[in-house]
Amino acid sequence: MNIKTVPADPKGVDSGPHFMDGDHALAEGALAAGCRFFAGYPITPSTETFERFAERAPEVGAMFIQMEDELAAIAANIGAAWGGQKVMTVTCGPGFSLMVENIGLAAMTETPMVICNVQRAGPSTGAPTLTAQQDMMQAKYGPHGDNAMIALSPDSPQECFDLAIEAFNLSEYYRVPVVILTDETVGHMHEKVVIPAADQIKVVPRNLYTGPKEDFRPYKFDGKGGHPMTRAGDGYHFHVTGLTHNEKGYPVVTADQNKIVVTHLMEKINGNADDIVRLDEDQIEGADVVVVSYGITSRIAVKAIQDARKEGIKVGSLRMITIWPFCEKRIRELAGKVKTFVVPELNYGQMVLEVERCAGGKSKVISVNHCGGAVHDPEVILEAIRKGNK
Amino acid sequence: MSTQEIRFSGFGGQGIIRCALITGKALSLFDDKFATMTQSFGPEARGSACAAQLVVSDDRVLYPYITQPGILMALSQEAYDLYYPELPKGGVLIVEEDLVKLKSDHADLALRRVPATRFAEELGNRLFTNLVALGFLTAVTNVVSADAMKKALPGLVPDRFLKINQKAFEKGYEYGVEAVNAVGATL
Repeated sequence: MNIKTVPADPKGVDSGPHFMDGDHALAEGALAAGCRFFAGYPITPSTETFERFAERAPEVGAMFIQMEDELAAIAANIGAAWGGQKVMTVTCGPGFSLMVENIGLAAMTETPMVICNVQRAGPSTGAPTLTAQQDMMQAKYGPHGDNAMIALSPDSPQECFDLAIEAFNLSEYYRVPVVILTDETVGHMHEKVVIPAADQIKVVPRNLYTGPKEDFRPYKFDGKGGHPMTRAGDGYHFHVTGLTHNEKGYPVVTADQNKIVVTHLMEKINGNADDIVRLDEDQIEGADVVVVSYGITSRIAVKAIQDARKEGIKVGSLRMITIWPFCEKRIRELAGKVKTFVVPELNYGQMVLEVERCAGGKSKVISVNHCGGAVHDPEVILEAIRKGNK
Repeated sequence: MSTQEIRFSGFGGQGIIRCALITGKALSLFDDKFATMTQSFGPEARGSACAAQLVVSDDRVLYPYITQPGILMALSQEAYDLYYPELPKGGVLIVEEDLVKLKSDHADLALRRVPATRFAEELGNRLFTNLVALGFLTAVTNVVSADAMKKALPGLVPDRFLKINQKAFEKGYEYGVEAVNAVGATL
């Protein structure tokens, strides 16, 4: 992927080593990536991101607004993005549910933005202070209609920082909302976070159109990223609507145009999955069992994997850093080569459905599900690995 | 790879989570170790038993939770009652001696007692109890260096109270050194 990047603006980069929680690291990552607008509504366990951004905003010259609710927060972000800012908001399940309508609008209008979901146990208001990974499908299928979204899942405060930058870069290039699916545990866990010098951080800047005014088109439906935007108020003539639209942005509500737009929206993400998907693999080669996990669960699974290896089981680890688009290609490659995929997650079995789909019956798939509220007992994952090895 | 697991406990408001933050920062920024801190998060952290956990290692900490703490610092009766049974034989038990009534002599543990609240009150405010206890812990165990702990303080205590917190740390540290000298070795 050959994407133009620039060094980060030093104003937003608090370089050096820190002992920081994941929530704060998300805010620092956003500021380093050039985010200068944040509209949100506080909710446990994501409030620390909100607070950190609010505290840092005056120093950095960013705008922070506590809106009246999540619906307004996401709407303000769409507006600010078309006003030329890089924007972020943070929430968790109940707030995300309120945001999905306008996340769909952002996807349809190809508005770059980052939404962090620090997941807590649901359904509904559930258990606000307890961890979970129950919103994995919601990130992609929350908004109605066909949406190809990008979602990333960090496993540590350091990765919260790193992935916040990556989320902004992907969001700017593909002009798509990017969701960071973290969880209460990573959000509140403190670890060392090293923030590099600004000139070491690569940032995708807002791609602003500079050509003749009459030629400006806010959209190009070619299934690719990298298309320029403009800022409202700069004198360019364009339209932003959730209705099916032409390249100028005006409604063209026909089946033919819908095919053009939806194909583009899906293909710009799914067609570039090889460039977007990032995995962290360990000892997959020759493995009989592969544990597919993400976020905090991958760190719990490590303990089970280490114990299984001591028992002589050939077990590999595939940690999904990118959740959406799903790592379809890699699972299909491994299907049939490994005996079993073991999929632990802090939900009743969500991403395991994707693994099963791509395994296509060629490998066994064992779901190690959990109702949330705590992390797995590693022994339960170990037992699944043993079963998978039989 | 050597791993140490520490649980800091007391009641909400004693600065328990702050203890783990300071120690975690000292270890990971100034003592060249890896440290992962998790904490009580919820209504229980505000008034009743409160705990923060630190996993310390020479390598990256993968599993973030403690499995069996080798060191327990208990600054309240409730915390002591709740957590001392999980210490293994030879484990280090540090208690606030005026607030914790021991249930046994704990002959199988390395028990160390510190009147942290009393010392803090002598310094002017019981708010400094946690720093006295941290100074004591630093002296009686080999987990973290005093130098790193002192470096970790700025930014984690309010600027205007930095000096008095440093003093509280020193007070606990000196008392801990005396305890070590009495026994002849750190733990």
